[in-house]
Amino acid sequence: MTTPASKTRRIAIDPLTRVEGHGKVTLLLDEHAHVTQARLHVVEFRGFERFIEGRPYWEVPVMVQRLCGICPVSHHLAASKALDAVVGAAPVSPTADRVRRLMHYGQVLQSHALHFFHLASPDLLFGFDAAPERRSIAALAAELPEVARQGVLLRRFGQECIRLTAGKRVHGTGSVPGGVNKAVTPAERAALKADLPQVLAFAREGVARIAELYGARRAELEAFGTAPSGLLSLVGRDGRLELYDGVLRARDAHGAVLLDGVDPARYREHIAEGVKSWSYMKFPYLVSRGPDSGSYKVGPLARLQNCDFIHTPLAEAERAAFVAEHGGRPVHAPLAYHHARLIELLHAAEVIGELLDDPDLSGDDLLRKGPRATEGVGVIEAPRGTLIHHYRVSPDDLVTHCNLIVSTTHNNQPMNDAIREVARTHLDGHEPTEGLLNHLEVAIRAFDPCLSCASHALGQMPLHVEVRGPGGALLGSRTKESRG
Amino acid sequence: MSAPVLVLAWGNPSRGDDGLGPAFAAEVERRFGADIDVLVDYQLAPEHVLDLGGRRRVYFVDASTTGAPVQLAPVFAARDATFTSHALSPGALLYIAALVSPTTLPDCRLLAIRGERFGLGEPLSAVGRANLRRALGRFEADLGALTTCARL
Repeated sequence: MTTPASKTRRIAIDPLTRVEGHGKVTLLLDEHAHVTQARLHVVEFRGFERFIEGRPYWEVPVMVQRLCGICPVSHHLAASKALDAVVGAAPVSPTADRVRRLMHYGQVLQSHALHFFHLASPDLLFGFDAAPERRSIAALAAELPEVARQGVLLRRFGQECIRLTAGKRVHGTGSVPGGVNKAVTPAERAALKADLPQVLAFAREGVARIAELYGARRAELEAFGTAPSGLLSLVGRDGRLELYDGVLRARDAHGAVLLDGVDPARYREHIAEGVKSWSYMKFPYLVSRGPDSGSYKVGPLARLQNCDFIHTPLAEAERAAFVAEHGGRPVHAPLAYHHARLIELLHAAEVIGELLDDPDLSGDDLLRKGPRATEGVGVIEAPRGTLIHHYRVSPDDLVTHCNLIVSTTHNNQPMNDAIREVARTHLDGHEPTEGLLNHLEVAIRAFDPCLSCASHALGQMPLHVEVRGPGGALLGSRTKESRG
Repeated sequence: MSAPVLVLAWGNPSRGDDGLGPAFAAEVERRFGADIDVLVDYQLAPEHVLDLGGRRRVYFVDASTTGAPVQLAPVFAARDATFTSHALSPGALLYIAALVSPTTLPDCRLLAIRGERFGLGEPLSAVGRANLRRALGRFEADLGALTTCARL
């Protein structure tokens, strides 16, 4: 939505920032007014898979970027990885691998920076009940301009990594089935390296800031919306934190490993997608645990606790401190996502530094191909969590089947559980209050959902909450627009 | 070197008339080449403050669902209450720019092009295309008044 303010006149343009979807929450009460269930609805179906099916496979890595305005690079790379198998190019060349990794870690860095500085910081700095005008990046810029400036510069650095590898900041074409269409030149590497010390410094400050904010309110934040679930992510074959390529690992809510070393191409043997009549968003679960107890979290908090270590030293020190602070027990507090996200941001900056020193980044072996296959699966750890692209391609190059499981869909049940827990604490009576909506938003925002991606929805993200009694009767409702 | 005029358009070309901003940007690029800088994104984001420096004028271009077929209005820095969404408003972007970037803010205008259909996979609608042509005419007329723009 564009709502320019003018000293002389105003024009209002209806919501059209069609990148995040909109949310509706229904709280179901029993006869004692106890919240028994929370439902985060997605109410509009857009049919992304059908949008892809019938297209030539080589168009897909570019097309899928338009599924999501928040993390288009993740879709670009997941599709490319899936189609590497189709063109017989898996593994791709070392140069293609390094270029894609630089694009990916640039995306993670800029996305985490936006989330922390734009969305999470105002909540944490100014309080969950602060007035809307204080819970915005504008307020952050006014009260802590240096923090806001760091966020802007981190974002720009990540965007530069994307631009130099994908060709453009948006709608890039750098990654293609079988590899990449350009390497990074020495001059481009030098330009990025020049900014790296500042980026690392800002990233370290960010981790310190979130650790301080979290530590100061630990008891309150750890009780907020906390609901146990499993954890799922890629990890490296040696157990390291791995965001671009690896094997699937899942743990239960207590940290016990449920599956490990799973080839991502075999995801369907281990992950199933449940459906519910009230939402277009599916409910993935671990097959071994069943739909009732097999839900799991994905994203920074899951990744940080699923891996055995982080191979970059600064982030590893922060991970070890995070684990020690919680006594080695799995953390399920949604707001701990923010801390994990900042540790990953630091890790991304360190990995980018490694890549900029890697001579393969400027190699000339860009594209490979081999025997054709009819099917490919690409799995990547997008900023918000595990992203699965699965395609079947006909001999005449057309996509005949497409299945996408995006991060927000994986997190569907944990988000519902977090909402339920927050509502149990903050719903007073039958009427949703402004305070309740504020707290629900904080819980939802911690997962950094992208409802457009997950639900194929169109629109902004206003929040509509309904409270219903045991018979389904509407007891109260309230809507909050995204502009307060 | 940055051109004195920037067109910063946003929207998703795969969502029907949501692509009016990017379509407008593409046409400006075709007509003006390097004389005008063109930037397309899915939405306004905080780092766009760094694209404002050194400009004389910036046109923000987005699709709209209501109002006149084409609206052109000045934009002023405004501390609006944008939150929850990842996207920023043009006024909020200018507000942030004034605080975090040590440059003089350019003269900024918002060009809103009314669309009609926004479905996934749809092309620009007939109404959207007609309004796009009107918007280009309005833009060129407005730009014509900017006689001090050295590279135009």
